[in-house]
Amino acid sequence: MKIPLSWLNEYVDLHDIPVDQLRQRLDLAGLEVDALELIGHPGAALPWDPDRVITAEVLAVRQHPNADRLVLAEVNYVGEAPEVVVTGAPSLYDLRGREDLHLKVAFAWEGAELYDGHAEGWVKARLKKTQIRGEPSRAMVCSEKELGLSEAAEDILYLSDDTPVGVPLVDVLGDTVLSFDIKGPFGHLQSVYGIARELSALYHRPLKRNPLDAAERLGLTASTEAGFVHLEIADPELCPRYTATLIRNIEVKPSPLWLQMRLRRAGMRPINNIVDITNYVMLELGQPLHAFDYAEVRSPAGGTQPTIIVRRAHAGEQMKTLDGELRTFDDQMLLITDGQGPVGIAGVMGGEESEVGADTRDVLLEAANFHFLNIRRTSQQLKLQTEASSRFGKRVDPELALPAAARAAELMVELAGGQVDRTVGDLYPGRPEPQAIVFDPALADRLLGIEIPREEQGRILRALEFGVEDQGAAFRVTVPSYRRDVTLPVDLVEEVGRIHGYDRFPSTLIDEALPPLRRNRALEDEEHLRDVLVGLGLDEIITYSLIDPGDEARIHPDPAQTLALPGDPVVLRNPLAPERSLMRRTLLPGALRTAWANLRYLDRVAVFEVGRVHYRTGPADAMTGDTGVAEPRHLSMLLTGVRTPVWWQEASDRPALLDYFDLKGVVDALLLRLSLDDNVQWARGAHPSFHPGRCAVVSVYDRELGVLGELHPLVREAFDLPAQPVAVLLWDLDVLLDAATEADAAKKVGMISPYAPVHEDLALVVDEATPAVEVQRAILEAGRPLVTEATLFDVYRGAQVGPGKKSLAFALSYQAPNRSLSDRDVTKLRQRIVKAVEKGLGARLRGS
Amino acid sequence: MSSLEALEQVREQALAELSRAATTEALAAWEKQVLGRQGSMTQQARQVGQLSPEDRPVFGRRVNEIKVLLQEAYDARLAQIRQIELSAQLETEKIDVTLPGRPVVPGHLHLTTQALRQLYRIFAYMGFEVYEAPDVELEAYNFDLLNIPEYHPARDMWDTFWVRGSEGDSRDRRLLRTHTSPGQIRVMRERYPEPIRVVLPGKCYRYEQITVRAEHQFYQLEGLAVGKGITITDLIGTITQFSHLYYGADRGVRVRSSYFPFTEPSVEVDTECILCQGKGCAVCKYTGWLEIAGAGMVHPVVLQNGGYDPDVWSGFAFGFGVERPAMQKYGVEDIRLFYGNDLRFLRQF
Repeated sequence: MKIPLSWLNEYVDLHDIPVDQLRQRLDLAGLEVDALELIGHPGAALPWDPDRVITAEVLAVRQHPNADRLVLAEVNYVGEAPEVVVTGAPSLYDLRGREDLHLKVAFAWEGAELYDGHAEGWVKARLKKTQIRGEPSRAMVCSEKELGLSEAAEDILYLSDDTPVGVPLVDVLGDTVLSFDIKGPFGHLQSVYGIARELSALYHRPLKRNPLDAAERLGLTASTEAGFVHLEIADPELCPRYTATLIRNIEVKPSPLWLQMRLRRAGMRPINNIVDITNYVMLELGQPLHAFDYAEVRSPAGGTQPTIIVRRAHAGEQMKTLDGELRTFDDQMLLITDGQGPVGIAGVMGGEESEVGADTRDVLLEAANFHFLNIRRTSQQLKLQTEASSRFGKRVDPELALPAAARAAELMVELAGGQVDRTVGDLYPGRPEPQAIVFDPALADRLLGIEIPREEQGRILRALEFGVEDQGAAFRVTVPSYRRDVTLPVDLVEEVGRIHGYDRFPSTLIDEALPPLRRNRALEDEEHLRDVLVGLGLDEIITYSLIDPGDEARIHPDPAQTLALPGDPVVLRNPLAPERSLMRRTLLPGALRTAWANLRYLDRVAVFEVGRVHYRTGPADAMTGDTGVAEPRHLSMLLTGVRTPVWWQEASDRPALLDYFDLKGVVDALLLRLSLDDNVQWARGAHPSFHPGRCAVVSVYDRELGVLGELHPLVREAFDLPAQPVAVLLWDLDVLLDAATEADAAKKVGMISPYAPVHEDLALVVDEATPAVEVQRAILEAGRPLVTEATLFDVYRGAQVGPGKKSLAFALSYQAPNRSLSDRDVTKLRQRIVKAVEKGLGARLRGS
Repeated sequence: MSSLEALEQVREQALAELSRAATTEALAAWEKQVLGRQGSMTQQARQVGQLSPEDRPVFGRRVNEIKVLLQEAYDARLAQIRQIELSAQLETEKIDVTLPGRPVVPGHLHLTTQALRQLYRIFAYMGFEVYEAPDVELEAYNFDLLNIPEYHPARDMWDTFWVRGSEGDSRDRRLLRTHTSPGQIRVMRERYPEPIRVVLPGKCYRYEQITVRAEHQFYQLEGLAVGKGITITDLIGTITQFSHLYYGADRGVRVRSSYFPFTEPSVEVDTECILCQGKGCAVCKYTGWLEIAGAGMVHPVVLQNGGYDPDVWSGFAFGFGVERPAMQKYGVEDIRLFYGNDLRFLRQF
C-alpha cells in the first residue's frame, strides 16, 4: 500500500517531523514502511532544482514567426520581465492570439535537469539555451513526462488556478510516498485515514474527521426503501450491510490533476472521474465502492423498479467480469444481482455490462459490507485478487459504508456535476453488537514486564478511539466498530505496548528456575557422526526432501520393476513442479544427483547426508497428533572419482579410482569410532540398485543397518553418471546410533600389555567362496585371548593353490598381558589356530 | 738410526698419513695400519724386547706416549671427517620445502549445519534444549491450533504444500510444515505442567517460486519459553543476548511491533545492519536495520491448546531464519546454493 505523505498531512499535521524519524516511529508501531519514494525532493529519481524548476503563469500566446506548429508563450515567473518561451504544446497552440491568460504551469530555466519528453523511456537531459527556428529559448514550460510525473508528453502540465507563482515546484508538487508492508488482517490500516488515525495516537496530535462527515454536509438520510432501487439481501450472514446511493446527471470525464496525481502516487491508474472517485475513497477510507450505470440495473420480469439482490450464486452460474473474463461460480460465492441476473461478484469485481462508461448519466453507487472469509474464499477459488477483495478479505468496518458512500457522492457532485438523491438505500441486517472487554491494566504489567501507569494505559486506548470507563481496578473498554480484531484483553496489551513503544522497554532475562534439563541424545549422536565423517574426509550435503517420482523408478535397474520402499509415499497435491512432488523415501536419488551435478566440474566426489526420509504408515489423527507418517533418520554416503588428488610424486596418467574398498575403509573407521567394530556382521547383500557382486549388508547386534556397495551399472547410466565405480552406502541412522549408544554403555577399557608382541605370518588356503571375514574371525576366536591382531595382508589365487581356491595371508600378533611369550606358547597357539580353521572352514596351511 | 729415532719417524709418518685421510674409510684403514694388531705402532712396541734393559723404560714410555697421541689425533680427525661427511650428506638431501604436501582431503560440514550448531550453542548457554518435530505435519498443528483457522487471512502468510490423499476432514489433512511453530504445540502437550525452554530447529517448506531470494525448502529455528512470570522484556533480553553472542556486543538491537496470529503482542527484532553498520544500504532498505527474528508473547489460545492455562502461565516464542544470517555474513547472494550442493560452494566453509 502506497500513501503520499501530503495526503496524510491533510488529516494529521506532520509537517515538522523529518521523514526518517516518521518512518522509524511507524516501523516501531508495527506499520512497517518498506520503501520511501521521493518526488521532486533531493534524493528523488529526478530532483527538481528549486531555483530552476518553479511555478509560473502563461499570460499570452503568439504564433511563432517561422514555424507553423510552434507558438511563443509569454510567461510570468515573478522575474524582472515576463520570459518568452517557444513551445509546441497543443493546448497553447489553440490559444494563439490570447493576451488575457493566467494559466499556471511548471516552468524550467536553462541548467535544470529534466527527462527528455521526446525520448523513449526515461532519459535525463539538461536544459540548454538555444534557438528554435530563429527565436531564442532559454526556458520551457514542462510536460508531466519531463517532470517524471507520468508518461504524458503530448501537452504541458497545468497546475491548479490557486497555485502561487514563482515558488519552487517541489513546494507545490513535491512529495514523499510511503510504501507500507502491513502484516495481518487489519482492514482499518488499509487506508490513508486509517494510517493517519494511528499517527494521531502516536504523536498525540488531533485528527481531522471531515472525510467522514459528508453525509451530514449533503443532508442524506438512510432508508431501507429508497425510491430508485429495491434492495434485498438473501444471505445476511455473508452480507451484513448493503447501501445504494443514486447520483444523477453526472458527466464522465477525466479527473482533475490533483486527483489523478494522488491515484498515481498510490499506485492506481486514473480512468475517469467516476471510477477514480470510487478508487480515491477506497484509498482514503478503506471502503471499496462500486459504481453501476443506473440505466443498466434491471427490474425483475414483470416489475418496474430496478432491483438489487445480494445472494449466493447457483452452482455453475456465469458472468463476464469487468476484465472481460467469463467467470463460473459455485454455490458458496456471493453475487450482486439485479432483477435479471448477476451484475457483480460481491466484494471482488463488477460485471462488464453494468460498467460505467462515457455515456453514463446516472450512477448507482454501492457501498456494502461482506463477510471477510467468504470474500477470501471466492477470491482464492476464482484466482481473482483485486484492491476491493484484498481489503474486504482483511475485514472492513460495516459502519464505514454510509460515510464512504456520502464522501464519494460529495466528490461526484464536485467533480462530475451530479446531484445526489437525498435518500440512500441502506439494508443493515448484520449491525454488530457493541463489543466491550473488561481489561485489568495489571495484565499489561504481567505480560510486558514493565509498569505502565494505569492512566497512561487509559490515555493510549482512548487515543486509539477505544471507549474507556473505570470499573473498579479494571477498565471497561468499548471497541470501536473498525477494530473487530480486538477481542481479548491481551489484544489491548498489544495496543498499549506498541503505542508506548518497544524502544522504551528494558531487557531482562527470565527470572525463574530452569525447567528439568534433558539431553537430546539423538541430536548429540547425530552431530558426533557428522564430525567423524567430516574427519574421514567426506563433505556433508543436504539435499531436497522433495524429489522427482521418476527417481524412485530410476534407482531400479529394470524399468519394469520398482524398488520396494517402506510404507506409502507422501505425494504433494499442489507441487511446484513434477520434479519436486514426492517426499523422499530413500536418500539415494539426492546423493546420485549431487554426484552428477558435481562431476561436471570436479573429478572426485566423497559426500554424506544425514536426513529424514518420509513415508505414510497409516491415517492421521489430529486428536493424538499422530501424523501417520514415519520419518526415520537415514545416512547415505557416496564416493566416486579419483582416489587422491593429483600429486607431483605420483604418476597421474592413470589415477586410481575410488571404489567399494574406499567406502568400506571409511565404514571400518566409522564403526571403530562408534565402538561397534566388535559387534558388526558383514554379509553379501542383495539390493536392486547395487552391483549384484559388489554389495554388502551390514548388521550390528543382529539388527540390520543397511547396505553398501557399488552402484548397479544400469542405475549409474540412468543417472547419467560416468562409467566408473560409484560406491554408495544407505543405512538407517537410528539403528546405527542406538547400537552405538548400547556399545558405549557396555564399553570397558581393554588390555595394554608392557610385553613385546610376537609377530608371525600365516597363509591359509580356502575355497574361493569363503569370506575373508570368516577366516579372520575364526583365527581370533581360536587364538583368544593371546592373538591380539590378525590383519589380512595378501590374497593370492593361482597355480600354487589350485583352481577354486585362494590363499589368504594374515599377519598375526601374539601378546600376553603379564609375561613374554615363549616359542612354545607361539607354536601351541599356531597349532590351535590351524586346527580350528581346518576343521571349521576346510582351510589348509599354505605350503603344507 | 736408533730405535727411538725410528719410533719418532713412525710417529711423524703416521701423523702425515692421518692428515691425508679424507674419508671414514681411509681413516679406518689408517687405524688398522697404525694402531691395529698388525699396525706399525704395535710392531714398535714389540721391539722393546730387543732393547738393552736400560733403554727399555725410556723406549716403552715413549711408545705409550705416542700411542695416546696418535689415538687422540685419530679421534679428532674422525670427528672432523664425520662432520664434513654429514654436511655433504645433508646438502644432497635438500628439498624444495614449498612443494605441495602429500594430499589429505578434508571433509566439510554443510553451511546450514554450521549455522544450526552456532544457534544451538548460544541458546544452550541460556538453558534452551533442542526439540525436534515432524516435517510432514497435520493441518491442525501447523495452523488451527496456532490460532490460524481455515480461510483466515493470516494463512496468506504461508504458501502451503498439501499432501495428497488427505483432502477430506480438515482434522486429518496433512501438509509440509510451513514453519517450525507446530512444534510449540507438540512440546507443550508433551511437557505440561513443566516450565519449558526449548529451541525447535527444522526444515520448512513453502509453495514459493524458487529464486535467488526464495527457496521452497529452508531451515528455521523456533524458540519457546513457558513459565509463570515470563514477560516481553525477557523476550527482548533473550534475543538481545543472542544478538550479542551471534553478531557481537557492539551491535544494536531494536524491537518493533508486528503481527503473527500465534503471538500477542507480536514483535519483530532487528539488529544493526552488518553490511553498512547501521548507516543504511540496499540490503537493509536504507533503514540501517536487518530483521533477525519474528517473536512475541505466546497467544493465550495457543497456550490453551498446548494445555497451559493462560491466566497462570505466560510464555514467549521466536523464530529465526538459519540461512539468511549466514548469507549476510558471507555475502552469499543466491539461497539456491545451499541445497544445490555444489561442492565448490560447500567446501568454502
